[in-house]
Amino acid sequence: MIEQHIKLPAGSIEKTTTTLNLGPTHPATHGVMQNILELDGERIVSADQTIGYIHRAFEKIAERRPLAQITTLTDRLNYCSSPLNNMGWHMTCEKLLGVQTPKRVDYLRVIVMELARVADHLICNSIMGVDAGAYTGFLYVMQFRELIYEIYEEICGARLTTNMGRIGGFERDFSPLAFEKLEKFLAEYPKALKEFEEMFQRNRIFMDRTMGVGGISAARAMNYGFTGPNLRAAGVDYDVRVQNPYSSYQDFDFTIPVGTTGDCYDRWLVREQEMWQSLSIIRQAYQKVQSFKGAEASVFHADTPAYYLPAKEDVYTKMEALIYHFKIIMGEVEIPAGEVYHSIEAGNGELGFYLISDGGRAPYRLHFRRPCFIYYQAYEELIKGSMLSDAIMTMSSLNLIAGEMDA
Amino acid sequence: MALSNEYIIQRLKEKFGEELFTFQESYGMLELVAPKEMNLKVLNFLYDDAQLQFRFLTDLTGVHYPNRTGEELAVVYHLHNLQSNCRIRFKVHTSVDQPEVYTATGLFSAANWMERETYDFFGIQFVGHPNLKRILNVDEMDYFPLRKEFPLEDQTRIDKDDEMFGRG
Repeated sequence: MIEQHIKLPAGSIEKTTTTLNLGPTHPATHGVMQNILELDGERIVSADQTIGYIHRAFEKIAERRPLAQITTLTDRLNYCSSPLNNMGWHMTCEKLLGVQTPKRVDYLRVIVMELARVADHLICNSIMGVDAGAYTGFLYVMQFRELIYEIYEEICGARLTTNMGRIGGFERDFSPLAFEKLEKFLAEYPKALKEFEEMFQRNRIFMDRTMGVGGISAARAMNYGFTGPNLRAAGVDYDVRVQNPYSSYQDFDFTIPVGTTGDCYDRWLVREQEMWQSLSIIRQAYQKVQSFKGAEASVFHADTPAYYLPAKEDVYTKMEALIYHFKIIMGEVEIPAGEVYHSIEAGNGELGFYLISDGGRAPYRLHFRRPCFIYYQAYEELIKGSMLSDAIMTMSSLNLIAGEMDA
Repeated sequence: MALSNEYIIQRLKEKFGEELFTFQESYGMLELVAPKEMNLKVLNFLYDDAQLQFRFLTDLTGVHYPNRTGEELAVVYHLHNLQSNCRIRFKVHTSVDQPEVYTATGLFSAANWMERETYDFFGIQFVGHPNLKRILNVDEMDYFPLRKEFPLEDQTRIDKDDEMFGRG
């Protein structure tokens, strides 16, 4: 029982608690989500969460779209790491269609996915710094997210909502400039990350604000369906990349950082360490990509003419390519009937795609398992009894993305 | 210890008898369908059994099949045994006239919002749910938008009928 701080005269009908609206557009909520907090002094007694402000009915829209057009919807889930969602969706389709991707495609995907993970963790960790009062770190590391976005731009032409790749691989091979930019990023980023780490990791103010705040036990976290860095911070070494390797993750050597207490500080540390691991994976993948010789060195998609758009020159000169081009663009390709669940390790947890096809041209039903929708329901339990300022730290440490939560 | 699909089937048959379930395997994942009255008993057994230990609720959602009379709505659970890394899919069907299924919130805290979402979009009533109200849509909404009778496109348009999408 929490001690009451507000004492009212006998017989008063006034409430002993204060109601406070945190959100929907509060600067500290980083997204459109509302919390109606009951406060006793500055302590939180209860929280009532309202979500769905930017619900866009993706699951319904997907029921009328051919597979390739659904990629744009996945962009808008977790928009801090769109390429991860894109690749996850392509792999789901490939699983349903039985498409085997060449190794080089897998490695190129790994590069892109790990870059996206770095971008995602970088945002989350630096925003945590902002909420604790340190703006500088955020502004400083944004330059390096910019380098990542430039690589995206070189690969697919877009920066935020990337719509990257195709079923079977990529729309085109990575240009030499893309690799040049990747090398630049790999050369410059570690130094900045180290500096960023030094700024926060043993910073007294940051530690006081985050240690022992918003903690959760491993058992509760699993019961709440936590995944990703938030679950690993609680001490459970569950990572989809290791448990159910996709895109040839089994070829890479990396460790899964885990925390112990599941509090904000551990979440921050886990993300920080994962960025180092991601950098190592990117280096390994880049080496593997460079080691391909001869014809293999220019493979960037699987041979699946029914789903992969043919080259434009072929469309003008070859009958078959023209037919495939027309069928794909008009969405006239029938999808085999079946049910498939595929999941990837996205920036903030296990992003799953549950796809049911009845043999039509669009999915019969598509459900996204959105990690932050599932773990945000634990928020009340995490902040109950703590201070208002702790609630704000907890929220930013969970890496909640409204776009993903509301689908 | 690896958990094989055959072993899971065998354990379930030992416990609940031969007739109760229908089993299927798609893309390596075992899928079992049980009568809806049994959903909690089955989930509890999968959770508690010393060998099975399906203690992680990965996903819970609904599907609407308007043509299957008497079992128009399906509730789909994806369960995960994290220790032996095994996933299964568990389904129950319910009629659209009486869409009542027992809640899994007692077993999994994660089921709370997932069931609210399923209620929100399919109108499936989870009996015993602590706070079953809409979550993503507005509270005033009086229909369940992911059911198939609600078309996505404007019905006055004739250029975008279902035939274009491979089902007539």
